[in-house]
Amino acid sequence: MERDDIIEYSLDGHHSEEAGVKIRKKIWFVTALLTAITAVEVVLGMLIKQDSAAWPFVKWGFIIMTIIKAGYIVLVFMHLGEERKGLKYVILIPYFIFMLYLIFIMLWEGTAVGETIATYGS
Amino acid sequence: MAGHASKQIDSKTLWGGKTSPFSTSYGKLMMWFFLVSDALTFGGLLVAYGFTRHNYGGSWPIGEETFNSLPFLGHGYPLIYVALMTFILIVSSVTMVLAVEAGHRMDKRGVIKWMIATIIGGFIFLGSQAWEWSHFIHGSEFGKVELADGSLAVVKGHFGEIENFTVTKAGGHHQVGEKITEDVMHMYQHAVADGHIHNNVITLHDGSEATIAKKDNEHMKLLVKETGGKYDKGVVIEGAEAISMYEEVINSGEANRIIYGANLDGNEYGPKQYGQFFFFITGFHGFHVFSGVMINILILMGVVRGVYHKRGHYEMVEKTGLYWHFVDLVWVFVFTFFYLV
Repeated sequence: MERDDIIEYSLDGHHSEEAGVKIRKKIWFVTALLTAITAVEVVLGMLIKQDSAAWPFVKWGFIIMTIIKAGYIVLVFMHLGEERKGLKYVILIPYFIFMLYLIFIMLWEGTAVGETIATYGS
Repeated sequence: MAGHASKQIDSKTLWGGKTSPFSTSYGKLMMWFFLVSDALTFGGLLVAYGFTRHNYGGSWPIGEETFNSLPFLGHGYPLIYVALMTFILIVSSVTMVLAVEAGHRMDKRGVIKWMIATIIGGFIFLGSQAWEWSHFIHGSEFGKVELADGSLAVVKGHFGEIENFTVTKAGGHHQVGEKITEDVMHMYQHAVADGHIHNNVITLHDGSEATIAKKDNEHMKLLVKETGGKYDKGVVIEGAEAISMYEEVINSGEANRIIYGANLDGNEYGPKQYGQFFFFITGFHGFHVFSGVMINILILMGVVRGVYHKRGHYEMVEKTGLYWHFVDLVWVFVFTFFYLV
Protein backbone atom coordinates (compact mmCIF):
# COMPACT_ATOMS: atom_id res chain seq x y z
CA MET A 1 0.00 0.00 0.00
CA GLU A 2 1.22 3.49 -0.85
CA ARG A 3 1.70 5.54 2.31
CA ASP A 4 0.83 9.24 2.17
CA ASP A 5 2.58 10.43 5.35
CA ILE A 6 5.52 12.77 5.05
CA ILE A 7 8.50 10.53 5.57
CA GLU A 8 11.12 13.20 6.24
CA TYR A 9 10.19 13.71 9.90
CA SER A 10 10.44 10.00 10.49
CA LEU A 11 13.97 10.06 9.10
CA ASP A 12 15.02 12.86 11.47
CA GLY A 13 15.98 10.43 14.17
CA HIS A 14 18.56 8.59 12.08
CA HIS A 15 22.16 8.82 13.20
CA SER A 16 25.57 7.34 12.42
CA GLU A 17 27.42 4.50 14.15
CA GLU A 18 29.75 7.00 15.89
CA ALA A 19 26.82 9.05 17.21
CA GLY A 20 25.24 5.79 18.36
CA VAL A 21 28.21 5.02 20.60
CA LYS A 22 27.77 8.36 22.37
CA ILE A 23 24.02 7.91 22.72
CA ARG A 24 24.42 4.43 24.20
CA LYS A 25 26.91 5.79 26.70
CA LYS A 26 24.34 8.33 27.84
CA ILE A 27 21.66 5.62 28.07
CA TRP A 28 23.82 3.49 30.38
CA PHE A 29 24.67 6.53 32.48
CA VAL A 30 20.96 7.27 32.98
CA THR A 31 20.33 3.59 33.80
CA ALA A 32 22.95 3.68 36.56
CA LEU A 33 21.51 6.93 37.89
CA LEU A 34 17.90 5.65 38.01
CA THR A 35 19.03 2.44 39.73
CA ALA A 36 21.10 4.36 42.26
CA ILE A 37 18.19 6.68 43.11
CA THR A 38 15.84 3.70 43.59
CA ALA A 39 18.41 2.03 45.88
CA VAL A 40 18.77 5.22 47.95
CA GLU A 41 14.97 5.41 48.28
CA VAL A 42 14.70 1.85 49.54
CA VAL A 43 17.54 2.26 52.05
CA LEU A 44 16.05 5.51 53.37
CA GLY A 45 12.64 3.84 53.61
CA MET A 46 14.14 1.05 55.72
CA LEU A 47 16.21 3.28 57.99
CA ILE A 48 13.82 6.12 58.73
CA LYS A 49 10.45 5.25 60.22
CA GLN A 50 7.37 7.34 59.59
CA ASP A 51 7.12 8.44 63.23
CA SER A 52 10.67 9.83 63.38
CA ALA A 53 11.41 13.56 63.34
CA ALA A 54 13.33 13.28 60.08
CA TRP A 55 10.38 11.73 58.23
CA PRO A 56 8.94 14.95 56.70
CA PHE A 57 12.33 15.70 55.09
CA VAL A 58 12.68 12.12 53.86
CA LYS A 59 9.18 12.27 52.42
CA TRP A 60 9.97 15.41 50.45
CA GLY A 61 13.27 13.81 49.47
CA PHE A 62 11.31 10.89 48.01
CA ILE A 63 9.09 13.23 46.04
CA ILE A 64 12.05 15.21 44.68
CA MET A 65 13.91 11.99 43.75
CA THR A 66 10.78 10.74 41.98
CA ILE A 67 10.56 13.91 39.93
CA ILE A 68 14.27 13.63 39.02
CA LYS A 69 13.71 10.03 37.88
CA ALA A 70 10.62 11.05 35.91
CA GLY A 71 12.58 13.90 34.29
CA TYR A 72 15.31 11.57 33.07
CA ILE A 73 12.79 9.06 31.73
CA VAL A 74 10.79 11.70 29.85
CA LEU A 75 13.65 13.85 28.57
CA VAL A 76 16.22 11.13 27.72
CA PHE A 77 14.39 7.82 27.26
CA MET A 78 11.39 9.39 25.56
CA HIS A 79 13.63 11.89 23.71
CA LEU A 80 11.39 14.80 24.65
CA GLY A 81 14.50 16.83 25.49
CA GLU A 82 15.57 16.61 21.86
CA GLU A 83 12.25 17.49 20.31
CA ARG A 84 11.39 20.99 19.13
CA LYS A 85 10.76 23.40 22.02
CA GLY A 86 7.15 23.93 20.93
CA LEU A 87 6.32 20.24 21.26
CA LYS A 88 8.13 19.94 24.58
CA TYR A 89 6.18 22.77 26.16
CA VAL A 90 2.83 21.79 24.64
CA ILE A 91 3.25 18.45 26.41
CA LEU A 92 4.69 19.62 29.71
CA ILE A 93 3.23 23.02 30.61
CA PRO A 94 -0.54 22.36 30.44
CA TYR A 95 -0.05 19.04 32.25
CA PHE A 96 1.96 20.59 35.07
CA ILE A 97 -0.40 23.52 35.56
CA PHE A 98 -3.42 21.24 35.72
CA MET A 99 -1.82 18.60 37.96
CA LEU A 100 -0.40 21.09 40.47
CA TYR A 101 -3.82 22.68 40.74
CA LEU A 102 -5.56 19.30 41.08
CA ILE A 103 -3.11 18.10 43.75
CA PHE A 104 -3.47 21.32 45.72
CA ILE A 105 -7.26 21.47 45.59
CA MET A 106 -7.90 17.77 46.24
CA LEU A 107 -5.52 17.38 49.16
CA TRP A 108 -6.85 20.59 50.70
CA GLU A 109 -10.39 19.38 50.24
CA GLY A 110 -9.48 15.93 51.58
CA THR A 111 -8.16 17.42 54.80
CA ALA A 112 -11.27 19.58 55.13
CA VAL A 113 -13.58 16.61 54.60
CA GLY A 114 -11.58 14.65 57.18
CA GLU A 115 -11.95 17.44 59.73
CA THR A 116 -15.66 17.66 59.07
CA ILE A 117 -16.06 13.93 59.65
CA ALA A 118 -13.99 14.17 62.83
CA THR A 119 -16.16 17.00 64.13
CA TYR A 120 -19.65 16.02 63.04
CA GLY A 121 -19.37 12.29 62.33
CA SER A 122 -19.75 10.62 58.98
CA MET B 1 22.56 14.57 19.82
CA ALA B 2 21.60 13.42 16.39
CA GLY B 3 18.77 14.23 14.16
CA HIS B 4 15.80 15.06 16.29
CA ALA B 5 14.26 18.32 15.14
CA SER B 6 17.62 19.77 14.24
CA LYS B 7 16.55 21.13 10.85
CA GLN B 8 16.37 24.91 10.50
CA ILE B 9 13.17 26.04 8.81
CA ASP B 10 12.09 29.67 8.54
CA SER B 11 8.86 30.42 10.39
CA LYS B 12 6.85 31.18 7.24
CA THR B 13 7.44 27.69 5.85
CA LEU B 14 7.05 26.20 9.31
CA TRP B 15 3.56 27.55 10.04
CA GLY B 16 2.41 27.87 6.43
CA GLY B 17 0.89 24.42 6.17
CA LYS B 18 2.11 21.17 4.63
CA THR B 19 4.87 20.93 7.23
CA SER B 20 4.76 20.01 10.88
CA PRO B 21 5.60 22.97 13.10
CA PHE B 22 6.86 20.46 15.65
CA SER B 23 9.01 18.62 13.08
CA THR B 24 7.31 15.43 14.11
CA SER B 25 5.35 12.89 12.19
CA TYR B 26 1.61 12.63 12.72
CA GLY B 27 1.86 9.23 14.42
CA LYS B 28 4.43 10.32 16.98
CA LEU B 29 2.50 13.49 17.79
CA MET B 30 -0.70 11.51 18.35
CA MET B 31 1.16 9.05 20.58
CA TRP B 32 2.31 11.99 22.69
CA PHE B 33 -1.21 13.39 22.94
CA PHE B 34 -2.52 9.97 23.96
CA LEU B 35 0.20 9.72 26.61
CA VAL B 36 -0.74 13.12 28.03
CA SER B 37 -4.36 12.01 28.38
CA ASP B 38 -3.29 8.71 29.93
CA ALA B 39 -1.01 10.61 32.30
CA LEU B 40 -4.03 12.68 33.35
CA THR B 41 -5.92 9.45 34.12
CA PHE B 42 -3.13 8.11 36.30
CA GLY B 43 -2.62 11.53 37.87
CA GLY B 44 -6.33 11.61 38.71
CA LEU B 45 -6.14 8.14 40.29
CA LEU B 46 -3.14 9.01 42.43
CA VAL B 47 -4.71 12.31 43.48
CA ALA B 48 -7.90 10.45 44.45
CA TYR B 49 -5.72 8.16 46.57
CA GLY B 50 -4.16 11.24 48.20
CA PHE B 51 -7.62 12.71 48.82
CA THR B 52 -8.77 9.54 50.60
CA ARG B 53 -5.60 9.40 52.62
CA HIS B 54 -5.93 13.01 53.72
CA ASN B 55 -9.53 12.68 54.84
CA TYR B 56 -9.04 9.36 56.62
CA GLY B 57 -8.99 9.83 60.38
CA GLY B 58 -7.19 6.64 61.44
CA SER B 59 -3.65 5.58 60.66
CA TRP B 60 -2.88 4.68 57.09
CA PRO B 61 -0.89 1.48 56.40
CA ILE B 62 2.87 1.89 56.13
CA GLY B 63 4.47 0.49 52.97
CA GLU B 64 7.45 -1.19 54.63
CA GLU B 65 5.17 -2.96 57.15
CA THR B 66 2.72 -4.16 54.52
CA PHE B 67 5.14 -5.18 51.78
CA ASN B 68 8.05 -6.91 53.49
CA SER B 69 8.13 -10.38 51.96
CA LEU B 70 10.17 -12.08 49.29
CA PRO B 71 9.25 -15.27 47.39
CA PHE B 72 10.79 -18.37 49.10
CA LEU B 73 12.47 -16.24 51.80
CA GLY B 74 9.55 -15.13 53.95
CA HIS B 75 9.28 -11.90 55.92
CA GLY B 76 11.65 -9.21 57.05
CA TYR B 77 12.63 -7.62 53.73
CA PRO B 78 10.83 -4.28 53.69
CA LEU B 79 10.19 -2.95 50.19
CA ILE B 80 12.95 -5.08 48.61
CA TYR B 81 10.51 -6.89 46.36
CA VAL B 82 8.87 -3.72 45.06
CA ALA B 83 12.29 -2.16 44.53
CA LEU B 84 13.21 -5.22 42.51
CA MET B 85 10.05 -4.80 40.41
CA THR B 86 10.98 -1.14 39.86
CA PHE B 87 14.46 -2.18 38.79
CA ILE B 88 13.06 -4.79 36.35
CA LEU B 89 10.85 -2.17 34.75
CA ILE B 90 13.68 0.37 34.53
CA VAL B 91 15.92 -2.22 32.86
CA SER B 92 13.23 -3.13 30.35
CA SER B 93 12.84 0.57 29.62
CA VAL B 94 16.58 0.72 28.94
CA THR B 95 16.47 -2.24 26.56
CA MET B 96 13.58 -0.50 24.78
CA VAL B 97 15.53 2.73 24.32
CA LEU B 98 18.45 0.63 23.00
CA ALA B 99 16.06 -0.93 20.46
CA VAL B 100 15.01 2.56 19.37
CA GLU B 101 18.66 3.58 19.08
CA ALA B 102 19.41 0.51 16.96
CA GLY B 103 16.45 1.45 14.78
CA HIS B 104 17.96 4.88 14.18
CA ARG B 105 21.03 3.14 12.75
CA MET B 106 18.80 0.80 10.66
CA ASP B 107 20.32 -2.10 12.59
CA LYS B 108 17.56 -4.72 12.24
CA ARG B 109 19.34 -7.39 14.29
CA GLY B 110 19.94 -4.92 17.11
CA VAL B 111 16.27 -3.92 17.16
CA ILE B 112 15.18 -7.57 17.32
CA LYS B 113 17.63 -8.39 20.11
CA TRP B 114 16.67 -5.47 22.33
CA MET B 115 12.95 -5.80 21.70
CA ILE B 116 13.05 -9.46 22.76
CA ALA B 117 14.86 -8.39 25.93
CA THR B 118 12.18 -5.76 26.55
CA ILE B 119 9.36 -8.26 26.12
CA ILE B 120 11.04 -10.70 28.53
CA GLY B 121 11.41 -7.89 31.07
CA GLY B 122 7.73 -7.08 30.65
CA PHE B 123 6.73 -10.69 31.33
CA ILE B 124 8.97 -10.85 34.40
CA PHE B 125 7.33 -7.70 35.74
CA LEU B 126 3.84 -9.12 35.13
CA GLY B 127 4.80 -12.34 36.92
CA SER B 128 6.15 -10.34 39.85
CA GLN B 129 2.95 -8.39 40.04
CA ALA B 130 0.90 -11.61 40.04
CA TRP B 131 2.94 -12.83 43.02
CA GLU B 132 2.50 -9.48 44.76
CA TRP B 133 -1.28 -9.60 44.29
CA SER B 134 -1.51 -13.19 45.44
CA HIS B 135 0.52 -12.33 48.54
CA PHE B 136 -1.60 -9.25 49.25
CA ILE B 137 -4.86 -11.21 48.85
CA HIS B 138 -3.80 -14.17 50.98
CA GLY B 139 -2.21 -12.03 53.63
CA SER B 140 -0.04 -12.91 56.60
CA GLU B 141 -0.23 -15.88 58.96
CA PHE B 142 -1.45 -13.70 61.82
CA GLY B 143 -3.90 -11.30 60.16
CA LYS B 144 -5.27 -8.14 61.75
CA VAL B 145 -6.72 -8.61 65.23
CA GLU B 146 -9.49 -6.85 67.12
CA LEU B 147 -8.45 -6.71 70.80
CA ALA B 148 -10.77 -7.00 73.80
CA ASP B 149 -11.31 -3.22 73.99
CA GLY B 150 -12.09 -2.99 70.27
CA SER B 151 -8.65 -1.68 69.23
CA LEU B 152 -7.40 -2.93 65.88
CA ALA B 153 -3.82 -4.18 65.70
CA VAL B 154 -1.55 -5.48 62.95
CA VAL B 155 0.44 -8.51 64.13
CA LYS B 156 4.13 -9.20 63.46
CA GLY B 157 6.22 -12.14 64.63
CA HIS B 158 7.10 -15.75 63.99
CA PHE B 159 4.10 -18.03 63.51
CA GLY B 160 4.46 -21.45 65.17
CA GLU B 161 3.86 -24.14 62.59
CA ILE B 162 0.64 -26.19 62.80
CA GLU B 163 1.56 -29.88 62.97
CA ASN B 164 -1.81 -31.61 62.76
CA PHE B 165 -5.41 -31.80 63.98
CA THR B 166 -6.42 -34.91 66.00
CA VAL B 167 -10.12 -35.59 65.62
CA THR B 168 -11.90 -36.05 68.97
CA LYS B 169 -15.50 -36.00 67.79
CA ALA B 170 -16.55 -37.47 64.47
CA GLY B 171 -18.42 -35.33 61.95
CA GLY B 172 -19.69 -36.02 58.45
CA HIS B 173 -16.26 -36.66 57.02
CA HIS B 174 -13.61 -37.46 59.65
CA GLN B 175 -13.31 -40.37 62.16
CA VAL B 176 -12.28 -40.15 65.81
CA GLY B 177 -8.53 -40.47 66.23
CA GLU B 178 -7.78 -39.44 62.65
CA LYS B 179 -4.79 -37.09 62.25
CA ILE B 180 -5.37 -34.37 59.66
CA THR B 181 -2.17 -32.93 58.20
CA GLU B 182 -3.23 -31.61 54.83
CA ASP B 183 -4.33 -28.02 54.23
CA VAL B 184 -4.32 -27.36 57.99
CA MET B 185 -3.25 -23.70 57.75
CA HIS B 186 -6.13 -22.93 55.43
CA MET B 187 -8.67 -24.70 57.68
CA TYR B 188 -7.17 -23.02 60.74
CA GLN B 189 -7.51 -19.50 59.30
CA HIS B 190 -11.09 -20.17 58.22
CA ALA B 191 -11.95 -21.45 61.68
CA VAL B 192 -10.30 -18.43 63.34
CA ALA B 193 -12.13 -15.96 61.11
CA ASP B 194 -15.46 -17.71 61.74
CA GLY B 195 -14.86 -18.09 65.49
CA HIS B 196 -14.76 -21.89 65.42
CA ILE B 197 -11.92 -22.42 67.89
CA HIS B 198 -12.52 -22.85 71.65
CA ASN B 199 -9.81 -23.84 74.11
CA ASN B 200 -7.57 -25.19 71.39
CA VAL B 201 -10.36 -27.30 69.89
CA ILE B 202 -11.26 -26.58 66.28
CA THR B 203 -14.67 -27.27 64.77
CA LEU B 204 -14.21 -28.25 61.14
CA HIS B 205 -16.56 -27.68 58.22
CA ASP B 206 -18.09 -31.16 58.44
CA GLY B 207 -18.96 -30.65 62.12
CA SER B 208 -16.17 -32.79 63.54
CA GLU B 209 -14.05 -31.46 66.39
CA ALA B 210 -10.28 -31.78 66.70
CA THR B 211 -7.47 -30.72 69.00
CA ILE B 212 -4.79 -28.57 67.44
CA ALA B 213 -1.10 -29.54 67.68
CA LYS B 214 0.80 -26.34 66.98
CA LYS B 215 4.20 -24.93 67.88
CA ASP B 216 4.25 -21.72 69.93
CA ASN B 217 4.13 -18.31 68.31
CA GLU B 218 7.27 -16.33 69.05
CA HIS B 219 8.57 -12.75 69.01
CA MET B 220 5.07 -11.36 68.64
CA LYS B 221 4.27 -7.67 68.36
CA LEU B 222 0.82 -6.11 68.22
CA LEU B 223 0.96 -2.72 66.48
CA VAL B 224 -2.20 -0.81 67.43
CA LYS B 225 -3.55 1.01 64.38
CA GLU B 226 -6.95 2.14 65.64
CA THR B 227 -7.86 2.76 69.23
CA GLY B 228 -10.83 1.09 70.87
CA GLY B 229 -10.39 2.91 74.17
CA LYS B 230 -7.71 1.16 76.19
CA TYR B 231 -4.81 1.22 73.76
CA ASP B 232 -3.80 4.35 71.86
CA LYS B 233 -2.97 4.45 68.18
CA GLY B 234 0.73 3.71 67.71
CA VAL B 235 1.12 1.62 70.87
CA VAL B 236 3.19 -1.55 70.43
CA ILE B 237 2.35 -4.52 72.67
CA GLU B 238 5.23 -6.99 72.94
CA GLY B 239 6.39 -10.16 74.67
CA ALA B 240 4.26 -12.57 76.65
CA GLU B 241 1.43 -10.06 76.89
CA ALA B 242 1.15 -9.88 73.09
CA ILE B 243 1.14 -13.67 72.76
CA SER B 244 -1.52 -14.21 75.42
CA MET B 245 -3.73 -11.39 74.09
CA TYR B 246 -3.58 -12.82 70.59
CA GLU B 247 -4.27 -16.37 71.78
CA GLU B 248 -7.22 -15.13 73.79
CA VAL B 249 -8.81 -13.77 70.62
CA ILE B 250 -8.09 -17.00 68.70
CA ASN B 251 -9.81 -19.05 71.42
CA SER B 252 -12.65 -16.60 71.99
CA GLY B 253 -14.98 -18.39 69.58
CA GLU B 254 -16.12 -15.01 68.24
CA ALA B 255 -16.28 -14.49 64.49
CA ASN B 256 -14.56 -11.71 62.53
CA ARG B 257 -12.14 -10.65 65.24
CA ILE B 258 -9.26 -11.63 63.01
CA ILE B 259 -9.14 -10.69 59.34
CA TYR B 260 -6.71 -12.34 56.93
CA GLY B 261 -5.52 -10.92 53.62
CA ALA B 262 -7.50 -8.56 51.46
CA ASN B 263 -10.56 -8.30 49.28
CA LEU B 264 -12.82 -5.42 48.24
CA ASP B 265 -14.74 -5.56 51.54
CA GLY B 266 -11.76 -5.19 53.83
CA ASN B 267 -8.18 -6.11 54.46
CA GLU B 268 -5.74 -6.81 57.24
CA TYR B 269 -3.45 -3.89 56.41
CA GLY B 270 -5.66 -0.88 57.01
CA PRO B 271 -8.90 0.77 55.93
CA LYS B 272 -11.04 -0.74 53.20
CA GLN B 273 -10.16 2.04 50.72
CA TYR B 274 -6.48 1.08 50.96
CA GLY B 275 -7.15 -2.34 49.45
CA GLN B 276 -9.47 -0.91 46.85
CA PHE B 277 -6.90 1.64 45.69
CA PHE B 278 -4.20 -1.03 45.71
CA PHE B 279 -6.26 -3.24 43.42
CA PHE B 280 -7.35 -0.43 41.14
CA ILE B 281 -4.11 1.52 40.72
CA THR B 282 -1.67 -1.40 40.49
CA GLY B 283 -4.25 -3.32 38.47
CA PHE B 284 -4.73 -0.49 35.98
CA HIS B 285 -0.98 -0.13 35.71
CA GLY B 286 -0.56 -3.89 35.28
CA PHE B 287 -3.13 -3.78 32.50
CA HIS B 288 -1.03 -1.11 30.79
CA VAL B 289 2.08 -3.28 31.14
CA PHE B 290 0.18 -6.23 29.68
CA SER B 291 -1.05 -4.26 26.67
CA GLY B 292 2.44 -2.80 26.29
CA VAL B 293 3.93 -6.28 26.06
CA MET B 294 1.30 -7.29 23.50
CA ILE B 295 1.97 -4.19 21.36
CA ASN B 296 5.71 -4.84 21.61
CA ILE B 297 5.18 -8.39 20.37
CA LEU B 298 3.15 -7.14 17.39
CA ILE B 299 5.79 -4.56 16.51
CA LEU B 300 8.54 -7.18 16.91
CA MET B 301 6.73 -9.35 14.38
CA GLY B 302 6.77 -6.39 11.99
CA VAL B 303 10.48 -5.88 12.60
CA VAL B 304 11.25 -9.54 11.97
CA ARG B 305 9.23 -9.50 8.73
CA GLY B 306 11.21 -6.44 7.62
CA VAL B 307 8.19 -4.14 7.28
CA TYR B 308 9.96 -1.16 8.85
CA HIS B 309 13.27 -1.81 7.15
CA LYS B 310 11.50 -1.61 3.78
CA ARG B 311 9.77 1.56 4.90
CA GLY B 312 13.17 3.15 5.49
CA HIS B 313 12.74 3.94 9.19
CA TYR B 314 11.91 2.27 12.49
CA GLU B 315 9.56 4.93 13.82
CA MET B 316 6.98 2.34 14.85
CA VAL B 317 9.55 0.99 17.32
CA GLU B 318 10.03 4.52 18.61
CA LYS B 319 6.27 5.00 19.07
CA THR B 320 5.72 1.74 20.93
CA GLY B 321 8.84 2.68 22.89
CA LEU B 322 7.17 5.93 23.98
CA TYR B 323 4.26 3.94 25.36
CA TRP B 324 6.57 1.49 27.10
CA HIS B 325 8.59 4.27 28.77
CA PHE B 326 5.35 5.86 29.88
CA VAL B 327 4.40 2.64 31.69
CA ASP B 328 7.76 2.77 33.48
CA LEU B 329 7.17 6.45 34.28
CA VAL B 330 3.81 5.70 35.89
CA TRP B 331 5.35 2.93 37.99
CA VAL B 332 7.96 5.38 39.34
CA PHE B 333 5.10 7.46 40.75
CA VAL B 334 3.08 4.48 41.98
CA PHE B 335 6.21 3.21 43.75
CA THR B 336 6.68 6.51 45.55
CA PHE B 337 3.11 7.32 46.48
CA PHE B 338 1.80 3.85 47.19
CA TYR B 339 4.82 2.17 48.75
CA LEU B 340 7.26 4.80 50.02
CA VAL B 341 5.39 7.75 51.51
